[in-house]
Amino acid sequence: MKRWIAFWNIMLKDMRSYYLKPPNISWGLIFPAAWTGMFFIKTGTGLESIPELLPGVIAVSILFGTTSMLAVTVTFEKKNRSFERLLLAPLPLELLMLAKTSGAILFGAANAFVPIILAVFLTDLSGVAWMIVIPAVIMIAIASTFLGLSIAVSVSEVFEAQTFSNFFRFPMIFLCGLFFPISSLPMFLRPLSYLLPLTYGADILHGAVHGKNIMPLALDFTVITAFCILLFSISLRNIHRRWII
Amino acid sequence: MGAGDAGLRAGAPDFLIEVNQLTKTFNGVPAVDQISFRVGPGELFGFLGPNGAGKTTTINMLTGLARPDSGTIRIAGLECVTNPKAAQHLIGVIPDESNLYPELSGFDNLCFCASLYGMKKGQRRARARELLDTFGLKEAANRKFAGYSKGMKRKLTIAAGIIHHPRILFLDEPTSGIDVASARRIRQLIAELNDAGTTIFLTTHYLEEAERLCKRIAFIVKGRIVRTDTIADLLQPILEKKAMLISVSNASGDLCDRLSSAFPRFEFQAVSSGHIRVESADAIHIGPLVRFIESQGAEVTEARRLQPSLEDVFVRVTGIEPDVMKKEKEKAGGDL
Ligand SMILES: Nc1ncnc2c1ncn2[C@@H]1O[C@H](COP(=O)(O)OP(=O)(O)O)[C@@H](O)[C@H]1O
Ligand SMILES: [Mg+2]
Repeated sequence: MKRWIAFWNIMLKDMRSYYLKPPNISWGLIFPAAWTGMFFIKTGTGLESIPELLPGVIAVSILFGTTSMLAVTVTFEKKNRSFERLLLAPLPLELLMLAKTSGAILFGAANAFVPIILAVFLTDLSGVAWMIVIPAVIMIAIASTFLGLSIAVSVSEVFEAQTFSNFFRFPMIFLCGLFFPISSLPMFLRPLSYLLPLTYGADILHGAVHGKNIMPLALDFTVITAFCILLFSISLRNIHRRWII
Repeated sequence: MGAGDAGLRAGAPDFLIEVNQLTKTFNGVPAVDQISFRVGPGELFGFLGPNGAGKTTTINMLTGLARPDSGTIRIAGLECVTNPKAAQHLIGVIPDESNLYPELSGFDNLCFCASLYGMKKGQRRARARELLDTFGLKEAANRKFAGYSKGMKRKLTIAAGIIHHPRILFLDEPTSGIDVASARRIRQLIAELNDAGTTIFLTTHYLEEAERLCKRIAFIVKGRIVRTDTIADLLQPILEKKAMLISVSNASGDLCDRLSSAFPRFEFQAVSSGHIRVESADAIHIGPLVRFIESQGAEVTEARRLQPSLEDVFVRVTGIEPDVMKKEKEKAGGDL
């Protein structure tokens, strides 16, 4: 019970201090809209291509909504030493880090619904398997957050965390089959695609929105879950090694 | 946190902090070198040493922020080297630098810290108000921490450290770098907390602070404890001595030597130009000294009795001039 009070308040504090700030909220709204618009112009297609674009826009919104947050909630707080308070609290490190990431996960998942709501007004989404979209959104949010976390705990400066997360997320837009199928990538890049968690998340979304997944959904869910566990364990290990010196 | 409480009930330990042969090395240089000490329930134990002596590193190891290379730590009987989280629910830590959240108000900062220890909302708010009141921060309660003065920041940091009523409190240089009035109030509060039963481990490089607050202290220099004793026992040998400071003008260079041969029962020491320190186990009568000095062609401008202080002991035990500590004091003034 006591631990959950701590968990809940750590999450609430991050939400109030960081996520629910006007710049973050407007960014969360503008970004997916801009991506959608860009692809309409680029592909020269009309509203009928929305179902094909939607999975990619959802994934990008989550990816950008989560990864950059950890640079603030974790790297910045470590830098200004307020993170020491959390390390001194009688909380297992696993629970502490879940609390520090749960805000980003929720924020990322909420970002996913911006393009979904926009799309509902523009096109017919009656064929979408929502019961698959929702868990997929959550899994992508967790995987991207933990990716951001593993970066945030391996660096000391906020700008390093931001640089490294860009280093990962921009290539991921093209490598993970968000907007172009992986099969259209040059052969030598394809193995790389399968090493990125977002590939599996995007595949689930493609399957759920317009039925064009390339792998069985059960496999996608299994692999993305494995990625989450792996990234979280790496992060915990790094905290142990680098921060408790 | 039931497990820890059970651990306490199982056997009340004689010492709340037990440290044995604790060592920590950074890049091959020992920051803390085989230190051992024990702190009993209700004690206010001081760790006194200059900057870089290893005080903060010691606190970090005791509280779970740093991993010792070797040695053992027991807090309230709980083994803390293999499980640094074991005793964290019993301790409060007040760091040398205020590390609260700049964007939150004083009140919200305290409530948040209370929540980390699982306190319920009503309890948190009541306790936060109580502490803001105690620390004289009631008016600033709803202002952002970022806008607080150094003294206010330090006070709120201390309030945050005791919000969950810890049994053991670690205070790292609680008064360095803040204004005199705040420092005095903080010392008062520390004494009150100790009177109310909180066991306190305090580091400082202020000799007077250690002397005034602590019952027992350890001198730490370059990572090693050179002496651990009660203030009373440390002062005992010099309390029995009488000391006097004589200011002279026109003194020749060898006046001390000549005084020593004329008064073999006294010890003379030239402390700085124009000042001679006289020590003796017996009463010092000033008349014969003045007459002798004047017979040597010098003039006595002032003579006064000295109160023996911890400073004298410190110089003897560590070989460090108290000036070194004072200089660091000024340096520390800017780094809050
Ligand atoms: N993280 C660290 N990395 C390298 N050296 C360190 C680190 N922390 C402390 N030290 C060194 O350890 C010694 C003791 O430092 P510290 O415990 O902070 O001293 P104090 O608190 O008594 O001023 C110093 O020489 C300091 O430079
Ligand atoms: Mg220090």
